[in-house]
Amino acid sequence: MGAITVNNLGKAYKQYANRWARLAEWILPGVKARSTLKWVLQDINFAIQPGEAVGIIGINGAGKSTLLKMITGTTQPTTGSVQITGRVAALLELGMGFHPDFTGRQNAMMAGQLLGLTGEEVEQLMPEIEAFAEIGDYIDLPVRVYSSGMQMRLAFSVATAKRPDVLIVDEALSVGDSYFQHKSFDRIRAFGQQGTTLLIVSHDKNSIQSICDRAILLDAGKLSMEGEPAAVMDYYNALLAKRGNVTVKQTTGADGKVQTISGTGEITMEKVSICDETGQAIEVVGVGQPVKLVVDILAHQDVPELVLGYVIKDRLGQAVFGTNTHHLDDKLERITAGSRMTYSFSFPANLGVGSYSISAALHTSDTHIAQNYEWRDLAAVFDVINVDKGYFVGVNWLPPVMECKR
Amino acid sequence: MRMFAALWGYRGFIFESVKREFQSQYTNALLGAVWTIIKPLSMIVVYTVIFSQIMRAKLPGVDTKFAYSIYLCAGVLTWGLFTETVSRLQNIFLDQANLLKKINFPRLCLPVIVVTNALVNFLIIFGLFTLFLIFSGLFPGMAFLALIPLLIVQTLFTIGLGVSLGVLNVFFRDVGQFFSVVLQFWFWLTPVVYPISILPTAMQKAVQYNPMTAVMTAYQQVLVEGQWPNWASLWPVTVLAVLLCAFGLRLFRQHSGEMVDEL
Repeated sequence: MGAITVNNLGKAYKQYANRWARLAEWILPGVKARSTLKWVLQDINFAIQPGEAVGIIGINGAGKSTLLKMITGTTQPTTGSVQITGRVAALLELGMGFHPDFTGRQNAMMAGQLLGLTGEEVEQLMPEIEAFAEIGDYIDLPVRVYSSGMQMRLAFSVATAKRPDVLIVDEALSVGDSYFQHKSFDRIRAFGQQGTTLLIVSHDKNSIQSICDRAILLDAGKLSMEGEPAAVMDYYNALLAKRGNVTVKQTTGADGKVQTISGTGEITMEKVSICDETGQAIEVVGVGQPVKLVVDILAHQDVPELVLGYVIKDRLGQAVFGTNTHHLDDKLERITAGSRMTYSFSFPANLGVGSYSISAALHTSDTHIAQNYEWRDLAAVFDVINVDKGYFVGVNWLPPVMECKR
Repeated sequence: MRMFAALWGYRGFIFESVKREFQSQYTNALLGAVWTIIKPLSMIVVYTVIFSQIMRAKLPGVDTKFAYSIYLCAGVLTWGLFTETVSRLQNIFLDQANLLKKINFPRLCLPVIVVTNALVNFLIIFGLFTLFLIFSGLFPGMAFLALIPLLIVQTLFTIGLGVSLGVLNVFFRDVGQFFSVVLQFWFWLTPVVYPISILPTAMQKAVQYNPMTAVMTAYQQVLVEGQWPNWASLWPVTVLAVLLCAFGLRLFRQHSGEMVDEL
């Protein structure tokens, strides 16, 4: 239960030259091709095993929603097929079919049935739904007096009242206030642990990386990459900055990690390294040890403006800390071809035990989106070990000052 | 068949929706459900009191006081059911576009909800009318039972026509506009408010080709004269109803996938 197989899936919308063309196609026998097909999704193939958590990413218009609609069954595919085993629940549009004049309880009943539960099932789940939504006495008041957050809470509670075999989530992770966001995210995670197959569409890197085993990247209606979330996320990031002559290169290192390098290449990084206080490049760092990130840069052409940014990422690819010289108020201007620069950033490695990587980028203005000279993921990797501190967990070293009164 | 099995699985939803639609009309009204009776009642009063007492309208050939009033009610109430249902069915997929695009559920639920809802409203008003017949001593007797098959034929005809128009209207929005014009003419080309006998002979023949003529005439025959309807005259409309249903279903199955793309 919960397997999804997508086979050669494609979706095209019919476009007619004019309004009468459709009529002609419908009623005149023999007249066939009066419409041209506008493909929004083509040649999509993937299989998801029961219990897997897969993230779908892509820029707006890449075809994510269309793909989800075909998987949930609201839209029919033009080519290919989708096979799903088990019960599917989709958090695509929360609160559909809520009627403002009816009470939360009545609407929950109705929404539950619309999602395919029987009346008795909803009846049985009702205490559960009420408890999870935490909207108190409002449950018996008309929905029109609810705040939008309350409506979302109720809708989410109904939609996830019964654990489905497949759960499809479309950016609905931001439900209500941050307390409820955590709560709803925990529920989705718990479903995953209990064996629900999760399919999540989001632009939020963190939610994809923290929950998914695998990610699928859609670009212009095609499946452009599939694999480990961190690598796919890096590639996606590079695509975001894709302009005409940009090259995106991914290489797999000896350790099996995928490195993404992209950019227009007017100016590049020669070397990126983590050094100790003496300037010696190191790969193992003690918790709290003062270190320097050193970046050597070579300009191949004249560039008007240069910003250097870097992000320290944990093992899962989640950003731990990142900034750039724009935010540090130190961007360079009018760089001539052939000039070399060396940046160094000193900081104490207040990081938890584990493996970390550094992504560095050369670009203009505050993000790499507008003009990306070079973006280098896994530019440097290092391990943090605990040499002289007491045991602790987490990605940060936040030494507390303890005090106890009794 | 799978389509109908899916519908059966959603019977709870259909029932709730009908209930909700019925309730939503008066949840915020002080008098609540009373309005569902007041409105149709006032309509019956208008037809009975005004036409029989004030205008003293008479039906040619029948000489009782309420004859024309009953004739009117028999036609107007059932015609009302027909037009209400057809006009809601032809817009059903457009009205519920949001739901269709976002949630995967058996789409045939929507027409079923509309038809059931219209029938419930009709049964309330017609129940009141029946009470009036009983108390005024004009109840037609056993022939009243003929209304059941008549309503079934009319409903089938309505569903077939309505679903076909509903699907077509998604692709060609002219259909909805056009059909509301057609309904105007159709009303006056059907003996609903006038007896067919007042028409010139040539017109009478033409009006016979109108499938609703047979149904309306049958209602009037039962309710005004207390006679069993002429079953043979109902064959064409029954066959047409079945054909329309088959056509509508086929149209729906062929285009229901494409429909969502157009909404």
